[in-house]
Amino acid sequence: MSTPKIAVSGVKKAFGSKVVLDGIDLTVPKGESLVIIGGSGTGKSVLIKSILGLIKPDSGSIQIDGEEVTGLRGSKRDALIRKFGMLFQGGALFDSLPVWENITFAVRPQQKLSKAQAKELAVEKLKAVGLGADVARLSPSELSGGMQKRVALARAICAKPDIIFFDEPTTGLDPIMSDVINDLIIQCTRELGLTTLSITHDMASASKIATNIAMIYQGKIIWHGRAQDIYHSKNEYVDQFVHGRAHGPITDGKK
Amino acid sequence: MNFLANIGRVFLAFLASVGRLAIFMFEAILTGLKPPYYPRQLVRQMVEIGYYSLPVIGLTAIFTGMVLALQSYSGFSRFNAESSIATVVVLSITRELGPVLAGLMVAGRIGAAFAAEIGTMRVTEQIDALTTLSTSPMRYLVFPRLLAGLLMLPCLVVVADIIGVFGGYIVSIHKLGFAPGPYLTSTFDFLKPVDVISGLVKAAAFGFIIALMGCYHGYHSKGGAQGVGAATTNAVVSASILILLTNYFITSLFFGT
Repeated sequence: MSTPKIAVSGVKKAFGSKVVLDGIDLTVPKGESLVIIGGSGTGKSVLIKSILGLIKPDSGSIQIDGEEVTGLRGSKRDALIRKFGMLFQGGALFDSLPVWENITFAVRPQQKLSKAQAKELAVEKLKAVGLGADVARLSPSELSGGMQKRVALARAICAKPDIIFFDEPTTGLDPIMSDVINDLIIQCTRELGLTTLSITHDMASASKIATNIAMIYQGKIIWHGRAQDIYHSKNEYVDQFVHGRAHGPITDGKK
Repeated sequence: MNFLANIGRVFLAFLASVGRLAIFMFEAILTGLKPPYYPRQLVRQMVEIGYYSLPVIGLTAIFTGMVLALQSYSGFSRFNAESSIATVVVLSITRELGPVLAGLMVAGRIGAAFAAEIGTMRVTEQIDALTTLSTSPMRYLVFPRLLAGLLMLPCLVVVADIIGVFGGYIVSIHKLGFAPGPYLTSTFDFLKPVDVISGLVKAAAFGFIIALMGCYHGYHSKGGAQGVGAATTNAVVSASILILLTNYFITSLFFGT
């Protein structure tokens, strides 16, 4: 077996006395699309931010391409972060910059692009997410929620990362726009052979974009398997979550 | 004993935040001194602080100068010392009131703006987004603001000094009946370079403090709109208090003998 793209083992993180991650083990092989599901506040975002290096875990190991990345600093951290793209939940577009500068934010200084070249690249990326060239000069606040998500996706793929993280890509969108975003995610990642790690609690989105699904509950991975098996997991916690039942082991009694 | 424990806890919390602030400051400076640089950000912030604060500073300075002349006249005329008014006005403005009032006004304007902007970027994950786009938020957001504060406040204080002294001049000539020539002579006769320089050193320190407080509180804000509001308040209040505190120490450094 080749080196996994992402390997997380025994990662723990607590904020004060509140334990958020309680020993997470997870591997994502190259080209896989893993979706992590779980209720709100179960540590999904913290896990992604730990892998990205935005949050430092208390203990445990995180390896990218076989290289230990916890505690990396300086130029090595810079080199690592170039492998990553991230689509934030609210888009996190820079509202002080027009759309085209948002999309080429990372790429422009790296490749020393002129203004015209950068605009051209932005338009090309906008096309890839199904938006017209006229959007490029708008400011993010002039866009609808769905368009902001698309621009954020264009920004995330612009620097050609190896691994893309999606934080609740469909939250706050109508069902049709959600499906458009799901299609774009599949199109932009699978065709390029990218590895993706997404977190969501939208099961329709999860089943669509995932090749594999893992469920996180109380800081631990309680189920990890192929996407098509999620509805026959034989795990009552997973069952309650994927069917969205108000009553079950998650809400009724603790184990 | 509970009472003492509380004092201890508050004191420890205070020390912890001083430590966090110091780490933040050194990280911002050390990261910011290394390339890549963001001159566009620096220019934007310099214009924001230096140019757009001019009306506020001008108004503050002119009324301060005017009221200073009026007050010293009514006080000094009691013991026939009216001739010292020009000197009192120019020394008060350049040494104290110019830098301190400019500092407090800019703390309200810029400290709040920095904290609100960076705080909003924090809660909308734009700061995290910067990091994932290979850009250090310290280098891109914080350092240009610190530098702009450090450079622009002295410029603003030069303007405030001139306008403030002019305000005193207007009142003295047109209301109190002084002759323009002798008034100007006595304005500049006793003015020494150190009076102006100490004021400019203060201004640079205040500018740095304002930017640092705005950035620090914004950077560490959490919890949505309420968090950003709290960060803004904290930035203005802490900057104002630190300005008054630093003012004392710089004054005693220059004139304390």
